[in-house]
Amino acid sequence: MSKELVRKSMPQRKAKERIGDFQEVNLGYTEEQAILEAKRCLQCKKPLCIKGCPVEIDIPKMIEYIAKGDFIGAIKNAKEKNALPAICGRVCPQETQCEKLCILKHKGQPVAIGNLERFIADWEASHTTNSKEYNNKEQSEPNRGAKGIKIAVIGSGPAGLTCAADLARMGYEVTIFESLSEPGGVLRYGIPPFRLSRGVVDREIEYIKNLGVDIKVNMLIGQIKSLNNLFAEDYKSIFIGTGAGLPRFMNIPGENLNNVYSANEFLTRINLMKAFKFPEYDTPIACGKKVAAIGAGNVAIDSARCALRLGAQEVSIIYRRSEQEMPARDEEILHAKEEGVKLFLLTLPVEYYSDEKGCVKKARCIKMELGEPDGSGRRRPIPIENSDFEMDIDTVVVAIGQSPNPLLLHSTPELKVAKYGNLVVDEESLETGIKGVFAGGDIISGAATVIEAMGAGKRAASSIDNFLAKK
Amino acid sequence: MFEILVNRELAPGIKLLEVKSPDITKKVKPGQFIVLRINEKGERIPLTVADKHPERGSLDIIYQEVGKTTRELGCLGKGEFLLDLVGPLGKPGEIAKYGTIILIGGGVGIATLFPYIKAFKKAGNKIISILGARTKELFFLEKEIENLSDEFYITTDDGSYGKKGFVTDLLKDLTEKKIDLVLAVGPLVMMKAVRQITKPLKILTWVSLNTIMLDGTGMCGSCRVTVGDEVKFACVDGPEFQADKVDFDELIFRNQRFSKEEAISLNIYNEKCGNKRCPKN
Repeated sequence: MSKELVRKSMPQRKAKERIGDFQEVNLGYTEEQAILEAKRCLQCKKPLCIKGCPVEIDIPKMIEYIAKGDFIGAIKNAKEKNALPAICGRVCPQETQCEKLCILKHKGQPVAIGNLERFIADWEASHTTNSKEYNNKEQSEPNRGAKGIKIAVIGSGPAGLTCAADLARMGYEVTIFESLSEPGGVLRYGIPPFRLSRGVVDREIEYIKNLGVDIKVNMLIGQIKSLNNLFAEDYKSIFIGTGAGLPRFMNIPGENLNNVYSANEFLTRINLMKAFKFPEYDTPIACGKKVAAIGAGNVAIDSARCALRLGAQEVSIIYRRSEQEMPARDEEILHAKEEGVKLFLLTLPVEYYSDEKGCVKKARCIKMELGEPDGSGRRRPIPIENSDFEMDIDTVVVAIGQSPNPLLLHSTPELKVAKYGNLVVDEESLETGIKGVFAGGDIISGAATVIEAMGAGKRAASSIDNFLAKK
Repeated sequence: MFEILVNRELAPGIKLLEVKSPDITKKVKPGQFIVLRINEKGERIPLTVADKHPERGSLDIIYQEVGKTTRELGCLGKGEFLLDLVGPLGKPGEIAKYGTIILIGGGVGIATLFPYIKAFKKAGNKIISILGARTKELFFLEKEIENLSDEFYITTDDGSYGKKGFVTDLLKDLTEKKIDLVLAVGPLVMMKAVRQITKPLKILTWVSLNTIMLDGTGMCGSCRVTVGDEVKFACVDGPEFQADKVDFDELIFRNQRFSKEEAISLNIYNEKCGNKRCPKN
């Protein structure tokens, strides 16, 4: 392979060292590495990578700036489309989006777009955050609140933050209502700090606040205020980005035993409430020595890797299909394996057994084989008869997916809900059945990725602008 | 930040916290609860709302100092603040005219019962109240509840007040008359015992379940409870459930999930404070 085809690998901490704490695994490029990587870009006349980006960052332009060493130019370019570049550079599944379409992929390895995005966002932070002057001058919006029109955004996850940022830049007065004690949604309670440090989340949210967005925490809309209350308070339009917060269970015997958690509970205790610092922090977590995470998405991998960091000795991923069908990002699967997570593939738990104290002590599983592709295009797992076996485990984390959060929908009967609990919206405008109320992110799609939610938030912001312009 | 207006002792180890939150006060209904967190390192705990004061935009929360967090809460004084307060959470109770209602409160569960009694009375029901506790000094709100009740009974385990014995002993006698609804709030074993009596008699019985919660908004499933064939989340599907189908034994186990960690937390706290409840207030 010629030199320019070799992609600069992401510097990372050694597996042994990193499972001792919750600090970030990836360290980020140096300036030199970033420039070398950026120079690999062919600067295609018709760049395909942009088509793979749900928020349509002008990727070649961003990379061109980096190649020239103009990092400020690069970050400004990225932020025109993406208010959360340090986050996306860390958690986007680039291999199925921008990097999948990179021409260099056919010749070998695509340009490391995600790593570069992360680099410029972190570079900006480390070179400018201490400068108040820079923040005020470069980051705040000249037309803050210029339109004098109030908009309410419900939920401060990726969809809500993106929608709010875009609307604020257009000159609207935006208020985000968040039910938890801190903003960020899944970025805060779901994704662990070793993948996305809390400093990065704080920094990106600070940026959005600097755009003029007001964030009110501890506000569970639907309970404390209805949508009608918000309209009565003179909000002219509402965006619902309440996410997929409802954990799914398998409904198998023993699933309510102690030490069987939903991934949401396990991760929220750790990430939001800092149970890994118990007893310094008050929120407890009971994690045993033999842990199984059920499922194979990013959430399952995150749970397994958290368990390792809590001191578990044997951590397994139990998944009913094969490795090829695992929906998690490639990098997460790789990192999990490096750290010692074992994969029990083509395996399905069917029952958990209890010890005398009501805690899980064993799982009964069956082996599966793959049949014809199902509706999702993935080969359907079929149980193999008489393949039952037992596994000693003392902690289970169920990470088989989340459904849209039903609370607001239940308290607002005018909102139409589809079969799997998804909020029904107009496909083009993302408007719900209620005039002036829009929605996007996991609440309409079911659990998906951060960047897809951000894409929806962006589209909704533009629809809200159109809606209000017509009024 | 949420300002504390009052935090005073009602009975040994039981305190009333009045905290300001005009938005929650406007919306809260009987049976609903809040989740609070004292400070940045604190845990989120659910507590039911015992009363509200619209004129002051404040809520009354009655709690028992049992663990580290409630002990720490007990040390806060007027003018101090809670970092987080979210609510109202859970479904409100179904307040209507049923006829004759027996309302049973055990221990700190009496606090949850109080807004129900007021609402049921207002809806035109005949109110029979039974309050139970270990011993005389642990009662609170009993005068207020007596004033709202058509019949009023007290039981204590040690016989120091009212009738000696359990609330269920009295309940047996009272169910000889026609009863349209029983609502019981208290320790899980008490609610289970109430169900043992009312189920064979086919009396509609509601219980309000206290479970371990984290967010309190339906996101984590920490509070899951088996009701009949279904798994419910007490925070959003409850906290009130029909008693006949609740799997109390499972819930009793589930409520001990973190007993080891709770003991560690409390021990550390006790070492710091010399094992005494806060003398303040």
